[in-house]
Amino acid sequence: MDARRDGEPGVRKYETTVERQSDRELVVTRTVNAPPRIVFEAWTRPELLQRWWAPKSLGVSFVSCEADFRTGGTYRFVFSHPCSEQPMEFFGRFIEVTPPSRIVWTNDEAGDAASVTTVTFEDRGAETLIVMRDRYPSKEALDAAIESGATSGCSEQFEQLDEVLLTLGTGVEH
Amino acid sequence: MVQYLDSRLDASFAALSDPTRRGVLEQLGYGDASITDLAGKFRMTLTGMKKHVGVLEQAGLVTTRKVGRVRTCRLGPRRLEEEMAWLGRYRRLWAARFDELDKVVEELKQKEVVDGRKKRR
Repeated sequence: MDARRDGEPGVRKYETTVERQSDRELVVTRTVNAPPRIVFEAWTRPELLQRWWAPKSLGVSFVSCEADFRTGGTYRFVFSHPCSEQPMEFFGRFIEVTPPSRIVWTNDEAGDAASVTTVTFEDRGAETLIVMRDRYPSKEALDAAIESGATSGCSEQFEQLDEVLLTLGTGVEH
Repeated sequence: MVQYLDSRLDASFAALSDPTRRGVLEQLGYGDASITDLAGKFRMTLTGMKKHVGVLEQAGLVTTRKVGRVRTCRLGPRRLEEEMAWLGRYRRLWAARFDELDKVVEELKQKEVVDGRKKRR
């Protein structure tokens, strides 16, 4: 896979891809320069996850981050939103956690339109290919997720934040 | 993405190959209409019209919304370029996340090297 692009000399740049692979499915891929066990650790320790899941450039921050990364465990992410006094919550259940290769979770805040996310960490020698699939219950649910992201109100900045929040937790916001 | 777009174009052309469906699109150009209205205008059974609308909906040319017992049809859903823009923003979100993840991963790798050295001592 030719995911590497020439960036600064000596610095490897990996490309993130997003593809709507079907009516109901979004797929995100990215290669990381570390073996799966390291990537899995960065993903499943809440104190580490907090450091990358809400990057500063997005303007939202974690209020709390609880996650029990075990099969049957639950998670709850709470974010503050500069445009609203109400924090936003994303929560769900881990359907499967198989170290260091696979995590499957529900995005229950979206109710009936909730997607199920599967992330796999594929061993590529010293690197890991991350493949994340969001499967929505129907074409309509994914269309609605996209549509609500494209037509939210408030100022442009709020709109951007809204989109970020829509996708944080990779769930659908109401 | 290319594959998905191709299949969507195929669906669009297939949808447009039928004169009734072209008529329905033209009709919806004048305003939203229920399946019952459309069935009446085109002198078809409800079931027949539902099938045609279903094909148009699959092709992304029409959206429908059910309120109570009435299903209303309207032209064009979110446009393809809107979807592409949304996917672009979604990609940027994940790219930003992964850039931060890289830093965490790098730290863990360094730590492993240091811990490894300690163990060897």
